[in-house]
Amino acid sequence: IYAQTFGLGRAALPEEIAAWNRDVRPDGVGLPAGSGDALTGEGVFEAKCAACHGDFAEGIGNWPKLAGGMGTLNRQDPLKTVGSYWPHLSTAWDYINRSMPFGAAQTLEPDEVYATLAYILYSNNLIEDDFVLSNENLASFELPNAGGFFMDDRDTTELAAFSQPACMENCKDSVEITMHATILDVTPNDTTDDGP
Amino acid sequence: MSDKPNTGTTRRGFLAASAATGSALVANAAHAQTPDPMITEVQEWASGLGVGVDDAPYGLPIRFESDVIRRNVEWLTADVISSINFTPIHALDGTITPQGCAFERHHSGAIELSKDDYRLMINGLVDTPLVFTYADLERFPRVTRTCFLECAANSGMEWAGAQLNGSQFTHGMIHNMEYTGVTLRTLLEEAGVQPIANWLFVEGADASSNGRSIPMEKALDDCMIAFKANGEALRMEHGYPVRLIVPGWEGNLWVKWLRRMEATDAPVESREETSKYTDTMANGTSRKFTWVMDAKSVVTAPSPQMPITHGHGPLVITGLAWSGRGAVTGVDVSTDGGKTWMPARLAAPGQDMALTRFYYDHNWQGEEMLLQSRATDSTGYVQPTKSQLRAVRGLNSVYHNNAIQTWWIKSNGEAENVEVS
Repeated sequence: IYAQTFGLGRAALPEEIAAWNRDVRPDGVGLPAGSGDALTGEGVFEAKCAACHGDFAEGIGNWPKLAGGMGTLNRQDPLKTVGSYWPHLSTAWDYINRSMPFGAAQTLEPDEVYATLAYILYSNNLIEDDFVLSNENLASFELPNAGGFFMDDRDTTELAAFSQPACMENCKDSVEITMHATILDVTPNDTTDDGP
Repeated sequence: MSDKPNTGTTRRGFLAASAATGSALVANAAHAQTPDPMITEVQEWASGLGVGVDDAPYGLPIRFESDVIRRNVEWLTADVISSINFTPIHALDGTITPQGCAFERHHSGAIELSKDDYRLMINGLVDTPLVFTYADLERFPRVTRTCFLECAANSGMEWAGAQLNGSQFTHGMIHNMEYTGVTLRTLLEEAGVQPIANWLFVEGADASSNGRSIPMEKALDDCMIAFKANGEALRMEHGYPVRLIVPGWEGNLWVKWLRRMEATDAPVESREETSKYTDTMANGTSRKFTWVMDAKSVVTAPSPQMPITHGHGPLVITGLAWSGRGAVTGVDVSTDGGKTWMPARLAAPGQDMALTRFYYDHNWQGEEMLLQSRATDSTGYVQPTKSQLRAVRGLNSVYHNNAIQTWWIKSNGEAENVEVS
C-alpha cells in the first residue's frame, strides 16, 4: 500500500522486542506474570523507596508524595498522588518497573514491583494488608479517580470565546495592579545567587 | 529582588547610577562637551593583536555576554536531575535560539548516548518490526523545518499570580530551532503500519523513558525525528543523537534520545499523560491529552531583567509570539494595561508553529507603562487574558498557561511582573 520503501534497517528479533517493549496498558496488556502483597512490599519500599518517598509513601521534602490527598482535587492546593489522582494502576506498575528507583531504574523484579505497588495502595488505605496484587487482578482494580479525566475540550469550551475580533480601543475603563511578583521575592538574583 | 547595594557592571547597578544622575550618560552621549577618549586615544585593540584563528576551534560567546545563560530556579523541583532550566529570552533577538543556552527539561538527567550505541526500534502493529542504527537513519530522504518547542509547564508558576520576575523565568521554557531529520511517515512506512494502529507510543533511551502516546494521524502528518538542530548535531541535553519533533505540541512529547516507537490501537496512558501533563479544572476533574500549545506572546524587552537604562526618547519594545495552531499573523502591544492596543511590526511573516519576532517602536517620556502583548494566529485565535483562562480552568491546571503577560514599567525604567485588573 505504500509508494516506496528504502530497504533500510533490519527485522527486530523477538528477544530485542521483549527487552524494550515493556509498556503496560490500562487493560493489562504488557504485564508479566507475578504477584506481591503489601507486607512484602513494605520491605522493598523501606529498602529502595522510603529515603525519598517516606516510610509511609508520604514523601520527604520536595520528593513526590505517593499517598494521601483524597478529596483534595477541587481545592486550592490539590495533593495529587497514586491514590487521589492517578486513573490506572497499570501506569503505576509500568512507571515503577521502568523508571524507579530514581537513579537505579530497571533493577526491580516483577514480583517486587507488584509488592511495592501493593504497599503504595495500602498506604493510600485502598487495600487491606493481606491483599495480593498480581497480573490477574491488576487491570480490574479501580482507583478512586479513574473517572476523573476527560479528553481535551478546548475546542468546545474556549475556542469560540478566544476567537472573537480583538478590541483595540476603549477596551476597559480602568486598570489597577492587583499583584506584584517582587512581593513574593522568589526570583533568583544574579548568577551567583540562586536562592531562595 | 534584592535591595542590596549593587556595585559593578550589572544592569541593576547601572540603573541605580543612571537614575541618580538623571540618565546623565545618555545626555552626555547626545551632547558631548569634551572629546571622547574612546575615539581620540588609540585603543589597545586598534594597535596590538587579537587572538589567533586556532584560539577556539569551537567558540563560546564573548565574556561580556556572560549573563546570557540558562538559569535554574532551585525551589521549583526536588533536585536538578528531574528539573527545568530557562532560556534567556530576555536577552535574545530574532527567532533562532542558540543551542548552548536553549532550555533543558530532563526527568532522569541528560544522558550520553553515542551514535555507535544508538538504536531505534519500530514495533507493535507493523508488518515488519525494525531496528535502525544511526547510520541507517542518515540514509533516508531528509527534511528541514523550524519549530518552537515549548514546555507544557511554561508560565505554569504564574497561574495563581505574578510570581517570578523576568521573562526568562515566566516564559523561558521554550526554544526555537531549525531541525533536519526524517519524517515519521517515512520511517513508519518502512515498517508498514497496519490500518488498525491509530496510536504511536514513543519512548526515550533514558531511565525516565518519558513514554508518550501520540495519535497516528499526527505522527503521519508532520512529526519527524531530528539529528541536526541549527545546523549541527543535537546537543547532548537536547537528545543527541536523535529526538522527536512534534510541531505545535507540548514539549513533553518531543521525546529525546528516542529509542522506540510502537504502533498500537490504544493509548498507553503512561505516567507522563496521567499523573503529569493532565490539567486539573476547578471542579477537580482533569483534561487529558492537551497536546496543542495555544497562541502566546511575551514582551522580552523591556522586562524585569531588561530595565530601560537609556533615558527618555526612542525605545524598542520587542518580544516573541508563537502558536501551535498555525502561524502568528499579528501581535498587538498595549502600554496602558490593555485599554488601548496598537499593532506591532512582525520582523518576518509568521511561520507555522515557529517563533515570530515582533517590534513596537515607542517614544518613551518616562511615563509609567503597563506593557502587554497579544498574539493572533492564522486560525483567528486571539491570545486570552489570565482572567479569561481562569474563568474556564480555575487556578490548578499547572500546564498550558498562554495568558497575556503584564510588565509594569516604572518612571525610572525598572520593570516588574504584575497582574492587572
